[in-house]
Amino acid sequence: MRLRCPLCGERDRREFTYKGAAVALDRPATEAWSADWDDYLHNRANPAGETRDLWQHAAGCGAWLVVTRDTVTHSIADVRLARGEGTA
Amino acid sequence: MSPCAGLLPLRSGTVRLAEVDPGRITSLMPGPGQAAALDRALSETHGLGWPAPGQAILSQRGGVVWTGLDQAMLMGPAPDPALARHAALTDQSDAWAVADLSGGDGPEVLARLVPVDLRPQAFAEGATARTLLGHMTASITRTGPETLRIMVFRSMARTLVHDLHAAMDAVAARRGLDAGGPPR
Repeated sequence: MRLRCPLCGERDRREFTYKGAAVALDRPATEAWSADWDDYLHNRANPAGETRDLWQHAAGCGAWLVVTRDTVTHSIADVRLARGEGTA
Repeated sequence: MSPCAGLLPLRSGTVRLAEVDPGRITSLMPGPGQAAALDRALSETHGLGWPAPGQAILSQRGGVVWTGLDQAMLMGPAPDPALARHAALTDQSDAWAVADLSGGDGPEVLARLVPVDLRPQAFAEGATARTLLGHMTASITRTGPETLRIMVFRSMARTLVHDLHAAMDAVAARRGLDAGGPPR
């Protein structure tokens, strides 16, 4: 598996560290408890298909990345900097 | 005492590994939206500039080597105080071990340890990469047609020399076999 880091170019998987669903970028705007907070903290989809994950290019430039990939075909559709993504 | 004192220089086959005294090493981390201003300040004060990702700006007296998202290292001169208006500066002079791997087989040696194509056609003079060298994170820069500058954390100096020495010997032995002779 290789990911095309927007800064470093195509790199080997072992340079990257997996964090989890990119839902973590979408922090609810309100402080009060709501179903949005349940989704943000606890609820995760387990799709057979497209998924968006956070990865860090830990052994490279250090940037956090949002990777869109397919869990069935293993194809990588998109890799972009997490900076500027989501609501956070 | 330098990080590789007593360990370098080494030669194996046609490849040489020698420690480099990089002078001052200062990390530059521009504030939000400050990269352009920092680029001007580096140009005016040091005759250098702010490098694009994967690039190093090299001169006779030093250089600026890109080392990550919003980060580069000023190598050589002490930083002009004017730079601090645009970036956070940190003295890292004692934090890195720096060595030059020279000789045409340099990329061949590093191919055994580094998952990035470092041949001149893929990694030209002034190109730099943050990547893995064995299990260490490293910064690798092509400073000349047959010279690759390698930086690792100072605590890794002995491991760096050991791993590179083994790879240099393996490439030299392979060349000996290619030439029809016994392994040297």
